[in-house]
Amino acid sequence: MELLNISSTALFIAFLLYLIATLFFGATIRDKRTDNKKGIAGKVAITLTIIGFISQLVYFITRWMVTGHAPVSNLFEFTTFLGMALVLGFIILYAYYRLSFLGLFALPIAMIIIAYASMFPTEVAPLVPSLQSNWLTIHVTTVAIGQGILGISFVVGLMYLIKQVDQTTRNKKNTWLEIVLYILFLFIGFIVITSSFNFANYRAEFEYPLGNQIATTEYHLPAIAGPNEGVLLTDGAFSPLFETPAWFQGEDAGSKFNTLIWSILAGTVLYGIVRLIIRKRIGAALQPLLRNVKADLLDEIEYRSVAIGFPVFTLGGLIFASIWAEIAWGRFWGWDPKEVWALITWFFYAAYLHLRLSRGWHGEKSAWLAVIGFGIIMFNLIVVNLVLAGLHSYA
Amino acid sequence: MKEVKCDCGHINPHGTVLCESCGKPIEGNQHIDGNDNHKLLNMRYDGTARRSQTYNKSIIDKIWSFFSSVKVGVWLIILALIASIIGTIFPQEMYIPAEAPNRDPAVFYEDQYGILGLIYYQLGFHNLYSSLWYMILIALIGVSLVICSLDRFVPLYKALRNQKPRKHKSFLSRQRLYSESDAISEEDYQLIKKNLKKNRYKIVEENGHLLAEKGRFSRWGPYVNHIGLIIILLAAILRSIPLFYMDEYVWVREGQQIVIPGTEGQYYIENKDFILETHDENDERFREAIMQEGSVPSNFQTDVVVYKAEKSIPGAKPELNAILDDSIQMNAPVKFDGYSIYQQGYQLNEFTNMTFKLHKTEDAEEEALATFTVDLTEPESQYELDNGYRVILDQYYPDYYLDDNGEPASETNFPRNPAFVFIVYPPDNTEPEVSFLGIGRNIDATGANEYKLGILDFEMHDVSGLIVKYDRSLPFFGIGAAIFMIGVIQGMYWQHRRVWLNRNENGVLMAAHTNKNWYGIKKDIEKAIQNTDIKMVEDQQELDEKG
Ligand code: HEM
Repeated sequence: MELLNISSTALFIAFLLYLIATLFFGATIRDKRTDNKKGIAGKVAITLTIIGFISQLVYFITRWMVTGHAPVSNLFEFTTFLGMALVLGFIILYAYYRLSFLGLFALPIAMIIIAYASMFPTEVAPLVPSLQSNWLTIHVTTVAIGQGILGISFVVGLMYLIKQVDQTTRNKKNTWLEIVLYILFLFIGFIVITSSFNFANYRAEFEYPLGNQIATTEYHLPAIAGPNEGVLLTDGAFSPLFETPAWFQGEDAGSKFNTLIWSILAGTVLYGIVRLIIRKRIGAALQPLLRNVKADLLDEIEYRSVAIGFPVFTLGGLIFASIWAEIAWGRFWGWDPKEVWALITWFFYAAYLHLRLSRGWHGEKSAWLAVIGFGIIMFNLIVVNLVLAGLHSYA
Repeated sequence: MKEVKCDCGHINPHGTVLCESCGKPIEGNQHIDGNDNHKLLNMRYDGTARRSQTYNKSIIDKIWSFFSSVKVGVWLIILALIASIIGTIFPQEMYIPAEAPNRDPAVFYEDQYGILGLIYYQLGFHNLYSSLWYMILIALIGVSLVICSLDRFVPLYKALRNQKPRKHKSFLSRQRLYSESDAISEEDYQLIKKNLKKNRYKIVEENGHLLAEKGRFSRWGPYVNHIGLIIILLAAILRSIPLFYMDEYVWVREGQQIVIPGTEGQYYIENKDFILETHDENDERFREAIMQEGSVPSNFQTDVVVYKAEKSIPGAKPELNAILDDSIQMNAPVKFDGYSIYQQGYQLNEFTNMTFKLHKTEDAEEEALATFTVDLTEPESQYELDNGYRVILDQYYPDYYLDDNGEPASETNFPRNPAFVFIVYPPDNTEPEVSFLGIGRNIDATGANEYKLGILDFEMHDVSGLIVKYDRSLPFFGIGAAIFMIGVIQGMYWQHRRVWLNRNENGVLMAAHTNKNWYGIKKDIEKAIQNTDIKMVEDQQELDEKG
């Protein structure tokens, strides 16, 4: 178990390094030069990022050694890897464009993803037979790297919008931008609330009817919404305010719905506090940070990351996926929700690339598309896994 | 067909926007690429004459123009995207969960999802991806892809072959990257040339004008990847032909030898053993997870023998020769003579047979008057027992349950929970008696039976669910996918960059164009003009303007 400790410590160190690196990237803002001649802060920042990435690699390799299979086989492992891939995507694009501001935005997003991942069960679990394949490893890692690179286009698209969307008066665009930023707060809310109650070791068990059977489910957050027709078993736990509606299907639907409510509450409170302090839209507050970056350059980096990420995603998400499915099930394509959403993602980025061929789709419009594209990727990761369960469903 | 002669003397095909040779915008055609209300020229296809933009008379022209429009292509892709999303709102028919109370789609969707489910089912969305309209949508994308590529590839190819270093000023000044400098020295010119060459640009010169170009092959990337996509679509059509694709799901009991479906009686398979293994719960690494989630299977495996049937004389009983003795595991199919067999499902503990004994109801010792064994996969309708007893198997429920009306019924045809209605005929020709018998059930319908049946013994087996298939379309999919990947990489990881340097008596005009990665071409130019008197090109596209 030694090794497993090393592994989790390495992940924690990586997280801290990303945090410190972000601060150093932040320090470069004062630097008026936006070209390649970077000050010392930028150099320290990228060095820390790379050391952080290596530390995360240590996490990955040691965990692999412990479990005997590539640690990409449950929601925690996969999402952590996605965070790592986003950092990799950042390093690749930074190497080319040397834009410190990119780190200031990319690393926090990667950190949110990694922290989000850690909210899921982190025990090492054995593999069911269908997952015991090298092709699975190849498929999943390639997909994640593709998604990580595409994730950079989201980060840059977001930067573009923060920079370019008019913030002088309230309008439709800055409202939408604010909604995107608010969603990021919901993730943070989820992380804060889950880790608080985990720390307090809160547990409440319920019994509820599932199909023809009685199932039990464990809540780790106080139940606002209990399971449909559920009965609280744990003494001294809070009883729910209301029941999860019946149309919310599937195992543990109640606990998932409850977590969603908590995340929205916590995220909204956080968002509200920040708004109270800064007294303007988050987008408006961030806008001056990006004054010295050229919009053209952001637009180009956004497009480049799609151009680089698209082939990788196609290879991992469609081609390697098919090879694995062919070997495991004898059918390379089965229209399972997870597969379909990979196809949807692929269609979406193909549409993006084609739209970029024409005039009028550069700049702001394409920045919105980049944001939506990553929204689809996250939808596939979160909603499809947790709600539209299919063969690939981890949870 | 009117051809257009440019001032530079080059003869361009009808519909050309920018002269193939000198790039001068051809009057009257600028609306085609939308150049008329922009400062910068649209360089997407180098202003070549495309059929779709040129001819719009006949119905064929119209169809051609329609499908060659990228806008239409994007719309088709978006429609396919939306359709695909709709298919994931509720499970597709094949993914209706096994434990659903009623798996009949006509019932399931309404039962589970109410009115929305019913609509979903009635619109046929429960089989969306094999529906005609979804396939038509995909086919339209294919058509659009072909037409679109043909429409552009040929003219683009010609234009890039015909281009000359000497360009018209209105071409150069309307490029995104452009600068005008005073005349430069010959050394400077040579230095720039050398630097560009060092950067792997191909140089063409003509009377002191220069064209530096690299990565032209990346322009063919999209056409290559579209060919890959088309091969994949064709492969999908092939796959729907039985000659190319066959798959059969078959259940084989342990110990059973059956003909493999789909092989025209040529092959037989025997299931020697089905093995299910679970991960060791004492494995320290996984103990915590297994404690939380319950035991986790580690292996599904069927040990099989495959036989080939040799028929010496037609009609004769075939002689079976074992050709394969192997284990099929999840993720490790076996292959023989072009067929593959996959481990797919299993059913543990079905009953093979059951042995019953007959005794007097009031006999406390339950001494057997007679015994008999029922083969549960092929039960007989009547059993003659010792001592003149006779039993008729009146009803047999292999997988017994009580249906909604409280009537006995069988959920499946597999002997997982067998129940029987026996009629016992005693030797003395007295009235026959009816007994109902199942696992944990022994019901005497009248309550006055003289004889009673009991289960004495049983044997069990596992059943393997195997998929037998061949898929001869796979190589085509593989080739299509490979070509697609080559095409995207070619188009995405390389760029087509061009730098023009035109010298005249007043000075030097420099312009540059790339199909992507403007940052890269700017760096190239910076490097090339270092230590010369030429001005750096200016980026005339300014997204910043409004911000
Ligand atoms: C799902 C289907 C499709 C995929 C995955 C796909 C993929 C691609 C890719 C990756 C590119 C390169 C883009 C770039 O270099 O930025 C491209 C270019 C292009 N595609 Fe498609 N495509 C698809 C369907 C279509 C359709 C239906 C049309 C028809 C209108 C079309 C027309 C074009 C055109 C005109 C180009 C630009 C060619 C050039 O650069 O000269 N594509 N396609």
